[in-house]
Amino acid sequence: MAAKPRIIIVGGGLGGLWATMRVVERGFNVDLFSLFPVKRSHSCCAQGGINAVLDVKGQNDSIHQHIVDTIKGGDYLADQPPIRNLCDEAPGVIRTFDRMGVTFSRTPEGIMDQRLFGGVKNKRTAFAGATTGQQLLYASDEQVRRYEAGGAVTKYESWDFLSLVLDENGVCRGTTAMDLSNMQVREFRADAVIVATGGLALIYGRSTMSSNSTGAPAARVFQQGAKFANGEFIQFHPTGMPGHDKNRLMSEACRGEGGRIWVPRKEGDTRDPLEIPEDERFYFLEEWYPAYGNTVPRDVASRAICRVVRHMKLGIGGKDLVYLDLTHLPREFLETKLGGILEMYRTFFGEDPCERPMQIFPATHYSMGGIWVDFEKDEQTGGMVSVHARNHATSIPGLYAAGECDFAYHGANRLGANSLLSASFSGQVAGDAAVAYVKGLGKDNAELPQSVYDSERKKQEEVNQAVMTSDGGENPFALHRELGDLMREDVFVERSNEGLDRALDGIGKLKERSHRVSLDDQSSWSNQSLSWARQVQDMILLGEVIAKCARMRDECRGSHYKAEFELKIPEGKFEGDPEYAEYKAKWKANNDKWLKHTIVTHTADGPQVDYKPVDLSVLPPDKPRDYR
Amino acid sequence: MSKEIVFKIRRQDGPSTSAYWEEFRMPHSPGHNVVSALMYLREHPVNSRGEKVQPIVWDSNCMEEVCGACSMIINDVPRQACAALIDELEQPIVLEPLSKFPLIRDLMVDRQKMFDALLKVKAWVPMDGSWDIHRHAPLIAPDDQSIRYLFSRCMTCGCCMEACPQFHENSAFIGPAPIGQVDLHNSHPTGKYAREGRLHAVMGDGGITDCGNAQNCVQVCPKDIPLTDAIARIGRQTTAQWLRDLFVK
Ligand SMILES: Cc1cc2nc3c(=O)[nH]c(=O)nc-3n(C[C@H](O)[C@H](O)[C@H](O)COP(=O)(O)OP(=O)(O)OC[C@H]3O[C@@H](n4cnc5c(N)ncnc54)[C@H](O)[C@@H]3O)c2cc1C
Ligand code: SF4
Ligand code: SF4
Ligand code: FES
Repeated sequence: MAAKPRIIIVGGGLGGLWATMRVVERGFNVDLFSLFPVKRSHSCCAQGGINAVLDVKGQNDSIHQHIVDTIKGGDYLADQPPIRNLCDEAPGVIRTFDRMGVTFSRTPEGIMDQRLFGGVKNKRTAFAGATTGQQLLYASDEQVRRYEAGGAVTKYESWDFLSLVLDENGVCRGTTAMDLSNMQVREFRADAVIVATGGLALIYGRSTMSSNSTGAPAARVFQQGAKFANGEFIQFHPTGMPGHDKNRLMSEACRGEGGRIWVPRKEGDTRDPLEIPEDERFYFLEEWYPAYGNTVPRDVASRAICRVVRHMKLGIGGKDLVYLDLTHLPREFLETKLGGILEMYRTFFGEDPCERPMQIFPATHYSMGGIWVDFEKDEQTGGMVSVHARNHATSIPGLYAAGECDFAYHGANRLGANSLLSASFSGQVAGDAAVAYVKGLGKDNAELPQSVYDSERKKQEEVNQAVMTSDGGENPFALHRELGDLMREDVFVERSNEGLDRALDGIGKLKERSHRVSLDDQSSWSNQSLSWARQVQDMILLGEVIAKCARMRDECRGSHYKAEFELKIPEGKFEGDPEYAEYKAKWKANNDKWLKHTIVTHTADGPQVDYKPVDLSVLPPDKPRDYR
Repeated sequence: MSKEIVFKIRRQDGPSTSAYWEEFRMPHSPGHNVVSALMYLREHPVNSRGEKVQPIVWDSNCMEEVCGACSMIINDVPRQACAALIDELEQPIVLEPLSKFPLIRDLMVDRQKMFDALLKVKAWVPMDGSWDIHRHAPLIAPDDQSIRYLFSRCMTCGCCMEACPQFHENSAFIGPAPIGQVDLHNSHPTGKYAREGRLHAVMGDGGITDCGNAQNCVQVCPKDIPLTDAIARIGRQTTAQWLRDLFVK
């Protein structure tokens, strides 16, 4: 161990900032890396809120119920002991945010207000106006700046993390990163590294995420030996606003307040929506799901929209679009209930949703899968040991992962408002774990010779050189667009093995082309094309992982859906009916076969897929989900 | 509606080279904003004379006007490029980098000054640590919360700094945004315990008295943050602090 141990944290969203605070508070220094000032991290996009049981609404909400909702919401595919800790400690996380000065919305008494969010029965979501993520991120950023002022944190903002430095035993001993101003690669020594680099939705081209959420760092550590898990589980939000640049999120509240989803009944109808009479409109959610209508759960809505557009070819103007209509509701009602949301549509689409139906389509929103991480089980409580070097450890010794880039907590589907929580909480756990690991290293962990660092740096410089000098004619920005089109076509809401084979084929070709780029920018100063070209190679690689995992999983679970393998609850049949018993037996058999984590290892021949049991010790699945 | 989008962009290859103007034309399609159009030009980097050029460099991230990255001067107004819809702009659309911050390349500037200012004014609530102490912060009245919320949405975008006549290369003035953050933290029930340090940071040279009260800052803030209210409040607090320093110490 070096005289003064250092911990590198890559990523300054909620996950990275909480990890930083925790490491500093335990007496160690942090080198904090980010592509841009950490205050601009994607976490600032979250609007809705953050879950924690405070039970301020007289509903007898309980932590146990939060645990149950999270496990069931994820269709049982998450290891359960860490979920216990997540929910147990959520109120503490919120109290800390409150002490940091977060402007949480208040009740008339001045206490924190809580509201209802999807997938649960109780009001459990704390929020700060319509910008909860921004408020939480800023408060964390301020605390980290306080530690920076004290000298314990050194920020490397505008740096691109490129790789880990591993010693001969495969232990992580530092990183290399590229200064995005002068494009120089440098090596950094560290006793432990935490990656908290966020989501990967940019693999789908346009998504609800920030334009830097590429997942590239996850792909980089994956290629160096970190295992990736449950890649097939990607959450699609039914109501995104398709744009040239991103598919902005249109809140679920629109449907909740009476918004109706429809398309023209006639294929190729080009009339203005306001001129289409009521009986020539197809309100497909209301027709197909009379009980819930437009408020069916996210996954059901997304699949129905895809069916109408892709199978029935009824999308508006033949495009991937359907109407979300509010125009039948009084303007005053809409302004009070949905003011901020409508404003967003006006700002970015230039039309007034009170006057004209909005145009929406499902959008890639969140990745449940990610870098595989471990935990140390506490046999007494059934949870995870609070502080332990195994928690959030990846399969590379000395490397930890936290936040959206890890695979923990959300299983096959994430509940709304649970990921600001898991990002903050897991940052804290990973920070504690990295410190425990570094303390455990002892003095016999000899300083690594400089040559090891030099050789990794040279390797990365060579990659840069290869990208800069290659003249194969491929444009990295166009390649990214093609990757997105392909992923949104065949690795989307509805999947089939035929489509996934096609996707894998296409990705194989893109992969090869991504090594034959020609950069239009030949400058060695602030060259965004260079860092993008490298990220595109990484996105293609993770795209392959996602498609491969999806191809292999022949069932429907959470966000992963293949019509061919759907187990339908027999209509009108319940516990006691023989048809139901038969269905339940099938459901059990399917769980025996598929209730397991997908674990992916990088090999020279592409991703290798294995499976691993899920720790179900808190709430074993006994009966199927049934929202009837 | 025109069939084309025309840009006049002020470009510069690096901090020490000279600036030049370049014109670009691209096909019009509805729904474009300045960033999405720049994305198109990045993929098709050809100027209006048909010459292949280096792709334009700029900053953006969230694409929904919350991260503060994409500030630039658009048709003479400093604003967020992601929220500037092409169909609402007069053409040719003139893009320039913010002029009050060191230029990196093309439309990208270095706003580190603003983050340094946040550090200088101690824009945080001092606390023991991030561990749970099993207590909340003191209660906050909903009205006070709403005022604080106005300021806590400041995304350090720098538009107000660009518009402020007192903030420039040759002045030490700290600028409006950091003063807004002093106000935010001085108004928190426990944040105010560290009020004095923040006030001292905005007293004296480059401090709040350099504000000429021109109000430009408020006019350009994309979040409508009432900066001059904060400047007035902090002005009064610094006066009181000045007296305290004189007599009490
Ligand atoms: C529109 C939208 C709304 C949402 N609303 C909610 C909500 O209401 N409630 C909720 O709970 N969740 C919500 N989410 C999800 C939630 O916002 C994210 O899951 C969470 O913020 C992720 O935080 P993070 O710390 O893991 O990553 P991020 O905040 O994405 O931070 C990633 C960090 O990694 C850094 N980084 C990335 N690559 C590199 C590299 N190569 N080198 C160096 N640094 C790098 C970046 O600079 C950044 O600092 C929403 C998501 C979206 C898209
Ligand atoms: S009011 Fe003060 S801070 Fe604002 S623009 Fe004028 S001089 Fe600058
Ligand atoms: S006060 Fe407004 S204009 Fe100034 S930095 Fe903050 S958000 Fe931007
Ligand atoms: S990209 Fe974030 S404010 Fe424009």
